[in-house]
Amino acid sequence: MLSVKDLKVYFYSDSRVARALDGVSYELRRGETVCLVGESGCGKTVSALTILRILPQPPGRIMDGKIFLDHQNLLDLDEDEMRKVRGRRIAMIFQEPMTSLNPVFSIGEQIGEAILVHEKVDQEEARKRCIQLLKDVGIPSPEERLKDYPHQLSGGQRQRVMIAMALACHPELVIADEPTTALDVTIQAQILNLFRELKRKREMSLLYITHDLGVVANIADRVYVMYAGVIAEQGEVRHIFHDPRHPYTQGLLASLPIRAKRGKALHSIPGTVPNPAFKPEGCPFHPRCPFAIERCRFEFPEMCDYGGGHLSRCPVLYGR
Amino acid sequence: MSAKEAERFLQPPGMEKPVASRESQWREFWRLLTKNRLAFVGLFIFVFFFLIALGGLILTSGTKPFFDPAVVRLEEKLRPPLSSPKSEILGSDRIPRLGLYLFGTDELGRDVFSRMLQGAWVSLTVGFVAVGIAVFIGILLGGISGYYGQNAVRADQMLVMIVWLLGIGLSVAGKAAVGILLLVGGSTLFIFSRGWKRNEGRREPSGWARVLWRKTISIDTLVMRFVDIMLCFPSFFLILTVVALLPASLYNIMVVIGLTSWMGTTRFVRAEFLSLREQDFVTAAHALGVSNWRIIFRHMIPNAIAPVLVSATIGIATAILTEAGLSFLGLGVPPPHATWGNILSDGKNFIFDAPWLTFIPGVAILIVVLSFNLFGEGLRDILNPRLRERS
Repeated sequence: MLSVKDLKVYFYSDSRVARALDGVSYELRRGETVCLVGESGCGKTVSALTILRILPQPPGRIMDGKIFLDHQNLLDLDEDEMRKVRGRRIAMIFQEPMTSLNPVFSIGEQIGEAILVHEKVDQEEARKRCIQLLKDVGIPSPEERLKDYPHQLSGGQRQRVMIAMALACHPELVIADEPTTALDVTIQAQILNLFRELKRKREMSLLYITHDLGVVANIADRVYVMYAGVIAEQGEVRHIFHDPRHPYTQGLLASLPIRAKRGKALHSIPGTVPNPAFKPEGCPFHPRCPFAIERCRFEFPEMCDYGGGHLSRCPVLYGR
Repeated sequence: MSAKEAERFLQPPGMEKPVASRESQWREFWRLLTKNRLAFVGLFIFVFFFLIALGGLILTSGTKPFFDPAVVRLEEKLRPPLSSPKSEILGSDRIPRLGLYLFGTDELGRDVFSRMLQGAWVSLTVGFVAVGIAVFIGILLGGISGYYGQNAVRADQMLVMIVWLLGIGLSVAGKAAVGILLLVGGSTLFIFSRGWKRNEGRREPSGWARVLWRKTISIDTLVMRFVDIMLCFPSFFLILTVVALLPASLYNIMVVIGLTSWMGTTRFVRAEFLSLREQDFVTAAHALGVSNWRIIFRHMIPNAIAPVLVSATIGIATAILTEAGLSFLGLGVPPPHATWGNILSDGKNFIFDAPWLTFIPGVAILIVVLSFNLFGEGLRDILNPRLRERS
């Protein structure tokens, strides 16, 4: 349904070029939950913003690639056509529920706007749908809540309102950009349950961006692991968690605090994420990789197929 | 405790309870206003004067006004305040309505109280209309510059603009035929450049088109340098020049004051917009498919309006002073219509014999300007979100 093909997004500043996305491809099938995992700055959010074409340009520039939504390349649409896609076919939920709602409007007005922008319905109808949406996302006594302003809600409630806004026009695809990162763990679990339930009811696809492997294990059907603007490994959840074939994924999983390793120091991947303006040549992960060989320093690795949709960008481990 | 009660205890109905009290924004605003005593007094005085001005407008206009500011009583000139008229000299139709000269009379024996009433409306409308014009221009230009500022102006658009400006200039300067010709030409050029823009990327641009599409300067630079240029003029002297050229009338003065005082608002709005456009809720609105204009007008302006309102209230005070100054110099609203400024200026010749002629309008201006400034300052505190969070 959605497929991103070889997407390249570069950021231009005065003297340097930061290659935020360096040929990223992924796809989503209808009704599927796909997680995009990676460290901060690896290009997860940029790819989401690019799908909706709300990436600030300049400094960002889409250099190459295609984004197909049901055989329609979104990068070919003009601004008016694109506006009909946003919110109606693809909606997005942002990371910070604190700042993603407009402080001067009541939540009823904001959810109503999401409906009124795309559909010709009258105020009363919009109000009814707002109430239903708030009920769907689990906000108690929605009739009264409509008149509340964002500052009168708690963080979890605000995120629920954001979700309601995203769902307002029954989009086929919802992109959730770390929707639970700013919330505490109990609320996080509630929101994840909400996502799972809504997805079942509405038959929508979900592209879930996170850096939290616990969340991934909880919600995903398939996983794409990103590193420094490229896909490092992709596959179903069981592949990624039980049979990781990329040293980066292995490192990430080894860094998880689990009970078996209680009392021991946590594993960490040595080094830091490369600055996107000065990426190493060859495999972007090689300076931190325990398996790096001479070839990794200058040759960009190919995807290696392990079967069943499990692919990894590490020929060294594939050879073993 | 029964099992059912225990369950209720463990799982309270509803998931998260509201944290903040339910208070509408107006209620909250009103509460903070009454707490800020100076601002409240400012608002109170202002409302008081506004009612007086409104009453004054009704009571002093018409062919037989209730308080007639134009009745000349040369026999009774320069009478001090609170003195009563000599009815045996005047005759019943020229006796002031209150039976005494509340604020005294001027050098022509006109009742200063009636003249003050008539002038109050002028002062307040000048303040409001001039600031209204300034705020409108300020929000428009500041908004464009803050929101679209990073976009560059192409050479063909510059050309259109120059042709248009020349056309307007020539039309105003009297060469209407040439001016209108230029305006029509500019519009044609504009339509053409819109058409070119649409074809952009579909075919290889020719040499000419490439020259015309060259990016010149950003919209932000264009607008803000214009602001800088306008700020370079000493505004009072600019107003003096314009007023000297145009026929003196109340409306001209309002417009001229408005057109020379929008720069501060523009800078405010631009600064607000620059920070607002980076906010998450603007990105979120974009992601919902809200159009640019709707984002500007429905999402950004309401968020940017608070500092503008504050500067506007203080701007009203400045505009009232400017009008009084112009009237004082004899370039304001033409006589016989009274304004506080020209009562003051007429009175200055008699400052030792009849000090009330300068004192009364002076104090009135002082009080109104002060009340506006106090209200503006208070508004700034009230609308400051950091102070609001605390209380």
